Formats: sequence, structure tokens, C-alpha cells
Amino acid sequence: MKKFIIAIVVLLAICAGLGLGSHELTKSTGDSSSKVLNLYNWGDYIDPSLLTKFQKETGYHVNVETFDSNEAMYTKIKQGGTNYDLTVPSDYMVQKMKADHMLIPLDKSKLTGMSHYGASFMNKSFDPGNRYSIPYFWGTLGIIYNDKYIKPGELTHWDQLWHSKYRNDIMLIDSARDIMGFSLISQGHSVNTTNTKELIAAKNKLNRLSPNVKAVVADEIKMYMAEGEAPIAVDWSGEATEMMSQNAHLHYVVPTEGSNMWFDNLVIPKTAKHFKAIYAFLNFMNKPENAAQNAKYIGYSTPNTDAYKLLPKSVRDNKQFYPPKQVLDKLEVYSNLSAKKVQQYNDLYLEFKMHH
Amino acid sequence: MKKSFRAMFYTPYMMWLALFVIAPVGLIVYYSFFNISHQFTFDNYATFFRSGTYLTMTANSVLYAFLITLISLLISYPMALVISKLKHRDLWILLVILPTWINLLLKAYAFIGLLSHDGLVNNLFELVGLPAQHMLFTDTSFILVASYIQIPFMILPIYNSLTDISDSYIKASHDLGATNWQTLTKIIIPMTMPGIKSGVQIVFIPSLSLFMLSRLIGGNKIITLGTAVEEHFLTTMNWGMGSTIGVVLIISMVIVMLFTNTKRKRGRN
Amino acid sequence: MSNRSSKLGKIYIVIIFLLLYMPILYLIIYSFSKGTTMTNFRGFSLTHYGELFHDKRMLAIFLDTVLIALLSSVFSTIIGTLGALGISNAKRERSRQTLLSLNNILLVSPDVIMGASFLIFFTSLKVPLGFWSVLLSHIAFEIPIVVLMVLPRLDEMSPSLINAATDLGATSGQVLSRVVLPFIQPGIIAGFFMAITYSLDDFAVTFFVTGNGFTTLSVEIYSRARQGISLEINALAGIMFVFSLILVIVYYFIENHNLVSRRKKDKLGVANQ
Repeated sequence: MKKFIIAIVVLLAICAGLGLGSHELTKSTGDSSSKVLNLYNWGDYIDPSLLTKFQKETGYHVNVETFDSNEAMYTKIKQGGTNYDLTVPSDYMVQKMKADHMLIPLDKSKLTGMSHYGASFMNKSFDPGNRYSIPYFWGTLGIIYNDKYIKPGELTHWDQLWHSKYRNDIMLIDSARDIMGFSLISQGHSVNTTNTKELIAAKNKLNRLSPNVKAVVADEIKMYMAEGEAPIAVDWSGEATEMMSQNAHLHYVVPTEGSNMWFDNLVIPKTAKHFKAIYAFLNFMNKPENAAQNAKYIGYSTPNTDAYKLLPKSVRDNKQFYPPKQVLDKLEVYSNLSAKKVQQYNDLYLEFKMHH
Repeated sequence: MKKSFRAMFYTPYMMWLALFVIAPVGLIVYYSFFNISHQFTFDNYATFFRSGTYLTMTANSVLYAFLITLISLLISYPMALVISKLKHRDLWILLVILPTWINLLLKAYAFIGLLSHDGLVNNLFELVGLPAQHMLFTDTSFILVASYIQIPFMILPIYNSLTDISDSYIKASHDLGATNWQTLTKIIIPMTMPGIKSGVQIVFIPSLSLFMLSRLIGGNKIITLGTAVEEHFLTTMNWGMGSTIGVVLIISMVIVMLFTNTKRKRGRN
Repeated sequence: MSNRSSKLGKIYIVIIFLLLYMPILYLIIYSFSKGTTMTNFRGFSLTHYGELFHDKRMLAIFLDTVLIALLSSVFSTIIGTLGALGISNAKRERSRQTLLSLNNILLVSPDVIMGASFLIFFTSLKVPLGFWSVLLSHIAFEIPIVVLMVLPRLDEMSPSLINAATDLGATSGQVLSRVVLPFIQPGIIAGFFMAITYSLDDFAVTFFVTGNGFTTLSVEIYSRARQGISLEINALAGIMFVFSLILVIVYYFIENHNLVSRRKKDKLGVANQ
């Protein structure tokens, strides 16, 4: 008994030490000051040196908490109990949060620098007039291939993925909307279709893709592709940049018949409290030099056209990540579908995954 | 023991049961009767038991969990046996637990590096003159990596029950002319059944709902109930259907418990 | 055991240990890579360790993670051991079975379900999300594993042991502290270590119930996966691993030394009598 009590006391003492240590560390990063901003962001989705710069300029300290999927973030904010001031949902999620009254509209009078954003990135269907959201990064869905196995220029259409010579060659990103989406596009339908016949046709077509599918995976796809595990992958442009920086044999194409265009956006959730800090931060991120620095760090495409001009020439000239207007016109943004339709997309997609 | 004394001790555990087990389970059962538009319905259960999709998934999950449990048991038992005979056995058993303190995702990433087409294992194969193998996204690698993760959880309870056996039993058995093999099968294994059973419970039950490894290493070619729950809670946000699967999982757990039911042996004396 | 089979046994455990530690060695080796990913090794460097020591946020997260792991394990071990005593004392087989089934529910529930229901639970009780909600949840999901580790030992214990002690006039408290606890000690220690394991590994539950600036390592690692996990995390895992390795070995030898010296004392005591 005595031994157990000693053990418990020792462990509790260690815990006290740890608590003190972590308290000291957080204090030295300035968490306890009253001028704070709570940012709820994807993991590692902002250049940390920008946060230091922001604090130096304005005195506001940014607390970052992270999430790993739109839906998880939605659940957290909906349940409350948190005090996030800003968060970064993707397009369809902005619409869903708006519909569920979870967003606070932007006060345009307090915003500066909105003119830096390109017209093709504003006023999208998920948030007409950008009443609630400012685009943070954007990108496309496309095909990544390894030039050791696939000749450059060989893959330009979604339909080619079904070719029997790519047996067991393709990795897909684990996302119902995206996978159903490219099957729909390849049949000439909209990625936002609610027509059951079109959806079933899309699933049946995907089932025929099964022999070519090596795996359906999530973020790890970057690692697999960089390792040369598969010659072809269907993934987002943001992920593609990451892979290509690791493996020079990889290339990214947006198929000519069109694709999805996605946006991650800064929004103010209903849990927000520190409004002065929020607008200071939004205006800070609107500045081209800051947006450009962030884009260089993250590697995604920035919607801030003036920031784009500050990027290195090699990035600016990359047609796959900053496509010309005729390609942009063919891209479609996801809109938020009714719960029943989302369910149908997901059920069909699950059936496809089970089809192996 | 006196009643009041006992009550004082068990209160925290009972409170835990009430607050963190019964309340959440009630919540799960409640949610399982609602569809995505928040209407009361039995449809979730109908979908589960009528559509081939979920039944196949259940069968798959049970099959894979069974294989994972079997393999980890086969590897762990001799391991626990040898360790229990070593001089610093408590140290060695701590060293078995230690790898579990490294994050699962990191270990899975390490396995991707090891097993991938240009990875370390294939490099070794090449040195020996074997052709490179596609090892990721196969059932075999999924089962092996999952067993890897589960082995420490299997070894520990078996080891615990092995250390209970006093040497005199084994000596007696040898004195009576039993061979090593006979001692093992007639004395040691029967006496360690409680450990084996709790090992099987600790491994089999969570293996039913693996999702991270089935995606990372299995490439989602194996869809388990865990994957489906994950999807319903985090992608479709159909908590009703997700909860229904949760209820099915809890029921299957109770069935497993009944199968591995430990009849209390009140002592050996 | 015969010599030959013990040699075979040693070879066997060496192989299994190599397999158990291979992925971890792999992680640690890459923490010294000049590159930025775990795919190809680009020459030796310590940059990732440098990054780590300048990343105060990461270090604070690390300390918080260990704090939660230790603290929750202490509490769950205490509550779980008491629970196991309760279950093993249950008079009827059916109530024992019911308690055990209830106990195991959290082991079988997929983490997301657990996380989501805990979140609803905490928010409806207006418990602020953060350190305390995470601590409570960790204690909650660690208890069943402790019970499962302690219970087989209790079942092995012969009632005659307790009866003998009570016959000799020991109170319930004395029976517990002098007879029962020493006998089930290995189970308790195993339960404690398993509890630490569960705490360090948990992502989904922590994710749902955390808030107000509190994060653990797992949550940070999973949410970084979208951008690719940097080798800084490998460096941290490496340090954590080596640190716990040293700790475990030191703990073992202190413990062992105590035991040996106590045994010596006991012997002397016997001689003096």
C-alpha cells in the first residue's frame, strides 16, 4: 500500500512539473495576454512567421487550433463550448454553415484590400457577393502522373483512366464528391447534379474503373506518389504541389473537359468574440506581400491577384496551378446539396469502394 | 468485506459507468432511431440488415478481426512464454509496451516507407536477388501490420497469467515424467486461459472497428465497420446510421464476451 | 526448459523485438535526414531537432500530452482497480457478466462515436472544453483497459487467502492493502502502462472534446497530415522514445535494487530472530 501511495505522489509531482513547464512555455509565446485572436485552421496551413509579424504589427497574439476535416470542424463549432474567432472551411462547407446560421456576415466597412482579389475567385455560387467569406487558397482536382511510367502529354482526359493498360495503376483520393464528380464530368454531367439516373450511371462507370484502382486513400496519397508506389493518382492541386516538390518525376494535369474548383475561405463563426482582432487579421492577410509569403510557404494557389504578381516567375508561369482563363471557365465549384442528396452521393460511393 | 467500506470504494467506478458508459450508450441508441433529417425511424436498422453492403462489411470485419487476433495470439504466446523465463523479465515486458507509445499514424507512415515499392523491404529483397513486390494495399500486409499493432496488447495479459504459475507445478510435472510439450499443453496453457481470454478480448474487439490502418495500409480495399462509422460521422454526417453500426458493434462485443466467458475459478487450492 | 529450446526461444524473441522496433528505428533514422519527408534519406543533419527546440508551441503541446497521459493514467488506474475489485466481488455470475459487458463498451465503440457522444455530454453539462474535458475523457476511456488487466489476477487469487487473513483478525482495509493489492500489483502496473498507451494514441476523442487552445500531440499530428507530416514530428517522437526508454530502464533498476536490498534485510531479520 505504502508503495502505491509513494508512486502516486511521485507521479502527481511529475505532473505538476509538466503543467508548470507547459504553462511557462505558453506564457513565453504570449498566450495569456488579453489581445488575442483564436484561429481554427487546418494543420500547418499558415506560415508561422506571419503570425509573429502580425503580433509585432498589431499586438494581437494568434492562438492556433487545428482540425483535419471540414465536417469535424463543423461539428465542433456547432456544438459550441469553444471560442474560435476565425475558421477556414471549404466552399460547400461555407454554404452549409451559412444555411445553419453558424456564420457572422463580414462588415465590409471594416475591410481593406479586397480589391487585390481576382474577379474569377470572388462572388462564387457558395457565397454570392462574398457576404460571409474571403477566399484563402484555391485549387483544382486533377491527375498526377509519374513520367517514368506515363509519357508526358499522354493523359489529358478523364476517360483515359478507364483504359485497360492502366490496370492496378491508379490511386484515388478518398472523397465521395470528388470521385463521383470526375465520373460525372467524364459523362458530360455537372458535379452538382441531383439527377438520380446520372448518379447511378456515374457509379456504374466507377465500378468499371475498379480493376485499375490500386487504392483509395487520403492525405497519405502524397507519400505514396512520392515513393513511386503508383504511376497515376487523382488528387487536388494543393496536394500535387507537395508531391512534386518531393519527386521530380511527377506532373499535374487538369483534364480538358473540366474539373472541380475548390476554395478554402476565411469566415467568422458564430463563436467569435474578438472582432477588432478579426478585422485586423483579415486586413493583414489581404495585403499582397503577406498573402504572397503565405502562398510561398503553403504552396497552394492564391486568389489574391496582386500577391500572385509577387510570386517567383516559375510559379506564375505554371499553367497547371494558375490555369489560363479558358480552363478556369470550365471549372465547377461544388455547391452544398440537400442532406438526402449528400447521402446518395456517399452511399453510391461506398458501394463503389465495396465493389473491389 | 463490510458493505459501507465496499460502497465507498466502488462509487467512483459506478459513477464512471453511469456517466461515461450508460449515458453515451443511451445517446447512441437514441441517435440510431433518427434519419439524416432528424425524423424518428427504424430505417437505419432496416438498411443495415437488408442491404448486402453492410452485411458484407460485417462479415469482412469479423473475418479480419479473427485473423488479426489469431496471428497475434500465435506470435505472442511463445513470446510471453520466453520472456517469462528470462532473468530481467519485467524489464523485457516493459520493452514490449514501449513501441506502443509512439503515435499510430507515425508508425503507419513508417510502414508505408518500409513496405512501399521502392522501400526498405524491397531493397533488401533486391539484395537477395528477389524481384520487387507490391506489398502495400494487400490483405496480407494489412493483417500483418494490424497484428503488429496488437501484439503488445496480447502479450501483456498472457505474460501476467504466466508469471502466476509457480515453478513447483512445472517441476512436479517434470518429476512425473512429462515432456516439455506435455507440460506446456497440459499445465501451462490451461493455467493461462484467463490471460489468453483477456488478450483475445483486448485485441479482437477493437480490431472490428479498425479504420486508420484499413485505409493507410489496406488502401480501403477492405472496408470494415470502423470505416463506415468514420464515414457516417465525419463525411456524410449521418449520425443515425453511424450510431446504428455502433449499436451493432456493441451487441457483437457482448456476443464475443459470452464466448470468451471466464467462469470464475476460485483459486487453485 | 532444455538448453536447445531456450536458445531457440532467445532467437525468437530477438526477431520479434527487431520487428517491433523496426518502424520506430525507421522514424528515428529519418529524423536525422536533411530532406523533408520520410521517403528518401538525404544525408545527415540535425536541422529538424533545431526546428523542434525553437518551436515553443510544439514543446508546450508535448508537455501537455505527457501531463494528460500520466495524470489520466493515475486516476484511471485507481478507479479501474476499484472497479475490478467490485466486479470480482459480484455475487451472481449474471451481474458480473453485465458489469463486464458495460465495462467493455468503450473498448469496442469506435473512437469517433465516443468522441462525438462525449462532446454532446460535455457541452450539455456546460463543461468548458479544454484541459479538464480532455482529462476526464481520457480517464473515462482508460478505465476499461485497467479493469481488463487487473481482473484476471483477482480471479486467480484464492479466497482462502482472504479468509485466512480475516480469520487472523485483519480488517477489510488490511486485507486490501496487505493481501489483495500486493497480489494484483503486476496487473495494476500493466493496467497503468496500457492506460498511458491509450492516452498517447488517442486522436478522435481528444479532437472532439478539446478547445480553448488546448491540444495534444496526436491531434496536432493528424491535422498536419493534410500538409504532410514534417520530420520535426519524427524528431519529437525520437526524443520521446529515447527518453521513455531511459526512464523505463532506470525505473526497472531502481525497483529491482530496492527489491534485492529488501530481500537481504528480510533475510537478516530472519537470522536475528
